[in-house]
Amino acid sequence: METYLFYIFSFITVWTVILMILQKNPIASATCLVISFFSLAALFALLNAHFVAVLQILVYAGAIMVLFIFVIMLLNLKKSELMHEKMSRLSFFAIIIGLGLFSFLMMKFFLIPQIFFGEISPSFGTAQEVGQSMFTQYAIPFELIGILLLVGIIGAVLLGRKDTD
Amino acid sequence: MTEITIHHYLILSALLFCLGLIGVIVRKNLLVMLMCIEVMMNAINLTFVALARYFNTPDGHVMAIFVMAIAAVEAAIGLGIVIMIFRNKESIQADDYRSMKG
Repeated sequence: METYLFYIFSFITVWTVILMILQKNPIASATCLVISFFSLAALFALLNAHFVAVLQILVYAGAIMVLFIFVIMLLNLKKSELMHEKMSRLSFFAIIIGLGLFSFLMMKFFLIPQIFFGEISPSFGTAQEVGQSMFTQYAIPFELIGILLLVGIIGAVLLGRKDTD
Repeated sequence: MTEITIHHYLILSALLFCLGLIGVIVRKNLLVMLMCIEVMMNAINLTFVALARYFNTPDGHVMAIFVMAIAAVEAAIGLGIVIMIFRNKESIQADDYRSMKG
């Protein structure tokens, strides 16, 4: 059962990402991206990471995608403007670079000797365990992320305002 | 069918990362380029979560949450920049911003 679910969701993820790259219309790309985020959340749930799966849906499919779609609507792009996009002259090299990186990563991955997932504790991946780890062992990085979010808010406000001089 | 191993997840995340990389290079639309960067971050998250399951520790989950926070900040700042340069040139094609090419 788990095997079938893995193949179904990984196929959906890869297929929607490919569709996202090929779509001309940004709204269609964003829709494909939402589907791939949801199926990735399902993959996280398959890996017993329930808390991360919930956060994936909340943060990515909820917040970030709403931001994207908001900006696409705000820009109010003309249809002609989207259609004259030409593919990069580097497309051929891009595919070579991608395939090269992929084969390099494969070479490294197959050095991992023991490949099966072991037994896990019953509390693995729950909000309690992740939270405990986040607020004790990773307390300082957590605070730094908070500062980063503050800087992001200030930066977004500064970038988004109209010039008043 | 055989049991799912860590290799399956690592191959999937490598594939997603490479697709995101190809997308960033191939597309000229700034919004789609940002979306491709989000896909790359998601691939990294998948690696973290799969390895957390493999080593049976919650550390990878914490890292995945940090990556999500950074992705949110990146999306906010990146879209702010897109709006700003759209106001200047009325275009979101990367080709139209070559004024610094010399």
